[in-house]
Amino acid sequence: MSSYRLPNGGLVDRSAPLSFTFDGARYSGFEGDTLASALMANGVRLVGRSFKYHRPRGMLSAGPEEPSALVTLRTGARREPNTKATMVPLYDGLVATSQNRWPSLEFDIMAANQLAGPLLSAGFYYKTFMGPTAKAWMAYEHFIRQAAGLGRATHEPDPDRYDKANVHCDVLVVGGGAAGLAAASAAASSGARVIVADENARLGGSLLTEAGRVNGQSAVAFAEQHIAALATEPGVTLMPRTAVYGYYDSNVLGAVEQIADHLPVPPTGLPRQRHWTITAGRVVLATGAIERPIVFPGNDTPGVMLAESARTYVIRYGVRPAARAVLFATHDAAYRVARDAARAGVEMAAIVDPRPAPGEGAKALADEAGIPVMAGHGVMKALGGKALNTVVVAPMDLGTGAVTGPESAIAADGLFVSGGWTPTVHLASQAGGAPVWDGKIAAFVPGAPRQAWTDAGACAGTFALSACLADGARLGALSADTLGFAAKPPPDYAVEDDLTSQSIAFVRKVKPTGRAPKAFVDLQHDVTASDVALAHREGFQSVEHLKRYTTLGMAADQGKTSNVTGLALMAEARRQDISHVGTTRFRPPYTPVSLGALAGFETGHHFYPKRRSPMDLWHRENGGDMTPVGLWDRPRAYLQDGETMTEAYVREAAAVRAGVGLVDVSTLGKIDVQGPDAATFLDRVYANGFAKLPVGKARYGLMLREDGLLFDDGTTWRLSETQYLMTTTTANAGPVMAHLEYHLDIVWPEMRVALASVTDQWAAVAIAGPQAREVLWMAIDDIDFSNDALPFMGVRQGTLDGETVWVARLSFSGELAYEVYIGAHFGLHMWQRLLEAGQPFGIIPYGLEALGTLRIEKGHVAGGELDGRTTADDLGLGRMASTKKAYIGGHMTGRPGLADDRRFQLVGVKALDDQPVRAGSHIVVEAELTEPAESLGHVTAYTYSPAVNAHIGLALVENGRARIGERHFATYPLKGHHVPVELVDPCFFDPDGERMHG
Amino acid sequence: MLIPCPHCGPRDSREFTYGGDATLQRPDPDGADDKAWCDYIYARANPMGPHEELWHHAQGCRAWIVVTRDTLTHEITGARPTARWQDPSTDSDKKEAAE
Repeated sequence: MSSYRLPNGGLVDRSAPLSFTFDGARYSGFEGDTLASALMANGVRLVGRSFKYHRPRGMLSAGPEEPSALVTLRTGARREPNTKATMVPLYDGLVATSQNRWPSLEFDIMAANQLAGPLLSAGFYYKTFMGPTAKAWMAYEHFIRQAAGLGRATHEPDPDRYDKANVHCDVLVVGGGAAGLAAASAAASSGARVIVADENARLGGSLLTEAGRVNGQSAVAFAEQHIAALATEPGVTLMPRTAVYGYYDSNVLGAVEQIADHLPVPPTGLPRQRHWTITAGRVVLATGAIERPIVFPGNDTPGVMLAESARTYVIRYGVRPAARAVLFATHDAAYRVARDAARAGVEMAAIVDPRPAPGEGAKALADEAGIPVMAGHGVMKALGGKALNTVVVAPMDLGTGAVTGPESAIAADGLFVSGGWTPTVHLASQAGGAPVWDGKIAAFVPGAPRQAWTDAGACAGTFALSACLADGARLGALSADTLGFAAKPPPDYAVEDDLTSQSIAFVRKVKPTGRAPKAFVDLQHDVTASDVALAHREGFQSVEHLKRYTTLGMAADQGKTSNVTGLALMAEARRQDISHVGTTRFRPPYTPVSLGALAGFETGHHFYPKRRSPMDLWHRENGGDMTPVGLWDRPRAYLQDGETMTEAYVREAAAVRAGVGLVDVSTLGKIDVQGPDAATFLDRVYANGFAKLPVGKARYGLMLREDGLLFDDGTTWRLSETQYLMTTTTANAGPVMAHLEYHLDIVWPEMRVALASVTDQWAAVAIAGPQAREVLWMAIDDIDFSNDALPFMGVRQGTLDGETVWVARLSFSGELAYEVYIGAHFGLHMWQRLLEAGQPFGIIPYGLEALGTLRIEKGHVAGGELDGRTTADDLGLGRMASTKKAYIGGHMTGRPGLADDRRFQLVGVKALDDQPVRAGSHIVVEAELTEPAESLGHVTAYTYSPAVNAHIGLALVENGRARIGERHFATYPLKGHHVPVELVDPCFFDPDGERMHG
Repeated sequence: MLIPCPHCGPRDSREFTYGGDATLQRPDPDGADDKAWCDYIYARANPMGPHEELWHHAQGCRAWIVVTRDTLTHEITGARPTARWQDPSTDSDKKEAAE
């Protein structure tokens, strides 16, 4: 093992070495490492190139706030870009690669962008390429996008499974650090159901990196004991590796549990991640705080890192983050980092502190470790390019930032920086008022809650460990008590080494003399201090404008380390206090959430529930080419050996007109309407009259929306004085039901009518063709099918092999036709029985395409024409609408806009040169395909018609009825189709209806 | 997020679909003028604060109900049945009678 791994210490299991690769080179680490700590232990510090300037970057942090150390994890279908190396638990065989570099991380050609730095400031691309003409942007965009960016996602389908679950609890504690554990223990002591969720693999938070003792134990032992005690509480659920990312209404929170991300491949039967919807009585936000960087030139050089993160590498991972280092800090607690690093063998060259007089406790720590303190000094710049080698410091005035003496250079390969702490207010901001600036700690703390939460510990701006423990215990108990539980008094906590992190507002860019590298604010999006100044100069001074103009805080890390420094710089430019500048609003997600976790198991054929007709399996087993129609699958046609789809549907349609065919119409919506007022109700619901429909008859009805446009159509059958069976289109079954319920519940509550959806209770077929009657004679008893006994639109009840059937003589195809309904369980039997009875007549099953052919030949309307924009009159059905009664949509039918003669009206189209006419084509007058062309309307349906022996369709054309006989073109520029057509009457076949009345 | 269905008890909001302003009255088809119909069909207030609105318990009892929701906080403070399901002898009356 390399010299960066300490000989002992850390929470890694040295008996469990793990092998991994980074950019193809093989390394080893230990169980308990993160990818970042293992790389650091191997002396690897350069891990990526930056977003815009391709600058070399290393690890800034050791946790979820990491902006720089983003790597691509895994390969093939599981390749995942932009994972934070600091949050990736090491596993054996892990494969990681660096991002945004070519040809290699060490030598990156695009790093030349650094030389063009002044050109690439905020807004550069847009000013340069979008200003003159839009075409310039279109020409350059590809190359710009190629040059900027981070990792690339895989294009292969995700092979892993994801799960979703709901959970309820009394108290949810977000964050399993000191405050969170104390809160959970206190709440659990009352018997309340408690969940502790933490995004880290291991609970404990800062306790895992404390050097001091708590209650006489090491902080780690204290945490372990606490966690073990919680784990035995029956009402407590501990959820490590679970990031709570969103806080929603009614105290519902979204979280993602990483179940198998720390393993090479999810174990059999386990999902990779599980999405949790957590409903909590109260929430304790113990989300901790993020250490704040300081903005100075070269502050992104590999080797510059957050101070407490450096300590984390030492104490938690047993890794030396540098050989010789400088601490640059603005508060006392950070001095512990210098002491602990020195104890681990890091040569601490100096502590640089801009405060003229650091606290006594801090000085004592420095003295104990023998580290020189340079009070009243600041770091002017960090130099070294791919690896830090020099820290330039100078005396400075804390008030003005002015340099007050000569610079001196310190050789160092580590620079540990702490500008204080920023409470992690993301969730609090999502579910509360704007964060409030607290001058005492120089940080934004959560605003007023709008949901049932309390902030505890560092999230609330309480930084000392003892105070965090006490705060957590108090608020955990209070949360339980508020819900009616009685928490036991919390224990006392005795903490050693308890310096507070109270800081000063020192986030400003020091003003160096001479040439200096860039000073970064947002390392992930390459936003510099000069960009913030530029935004100010150009008038983008509100925080929302600053964010969008510079993209500060808009990267995958959402500005965890950059927001406050950016705001402070803007405040300085505006010569205002930062409290006047304010923050942008935090929105979910707090941390990136994979789409897979949101989709859960609702993918592929689980995307929505599948509805199946009772004859579904028969269709599939007999050549049915199934296509989704809403939630149903329906056969387009039954393909026979070697047939194309077109050949199949043309054969089927022709066979129906020549003999007889059978089609499954079980998917039609069916509503049972009963009650003494049912007739009146239907008369109000349909545009045409229903009051006088006799028992034993069906009627085709038009249903309008209240605004006068067509809503749905279908037949309704009067089964008895007080019972009707209404049918709707397949697509509108649900909306029609809700529409009817709405009017009964709200508009006409006095009506004595009951509704029930019976779509799934009935299996239904249509049998059509000249021989249809003969087939029914053979199969169904108790019904006289003669034309006199069962005329067109007649309804009769009978039996088929002892089961009740309803038969209605209806025709969508224009042929002699009947619909036959039977209990759903007997649907398949009926289907087979009718096919058997029809065998002597050459019966065939037909699918949706032939159904469409037959109705287009007749000019009957369907979904393409009932598109929510058409009226009854548009479709040539205007005469059906009653003028004698009130009905839904009746008043608005008369408004001027619906009577305009420029409205689109239904016509037929017939191809003049034997070419198909694609549905969706526009009708134009131009003989050549030209763009743009004025559209007279569009084709709603197309088929090849064997009865007419032509390619035909239906179309909605402006003032169409008056244009019948005109010759135009159906154009479909996307496919280059341009077909001469004649506008004709929409009924192509048997216009007098002799066949269906026969 | 729970909606207290007066027929079923508190249920997940995902069982419901939204139906808009509950205070609208359908105009009298025999007498109302164009403006009344236009207001009923198209004009909607956008109130801030408590709002009476219709929700359809589509995946439950299928009844439309009147929910009082604060449009600012999304807090639901109550729900009652529509007129159709307000029988003169309500359930609570029956319960009182039984007791």
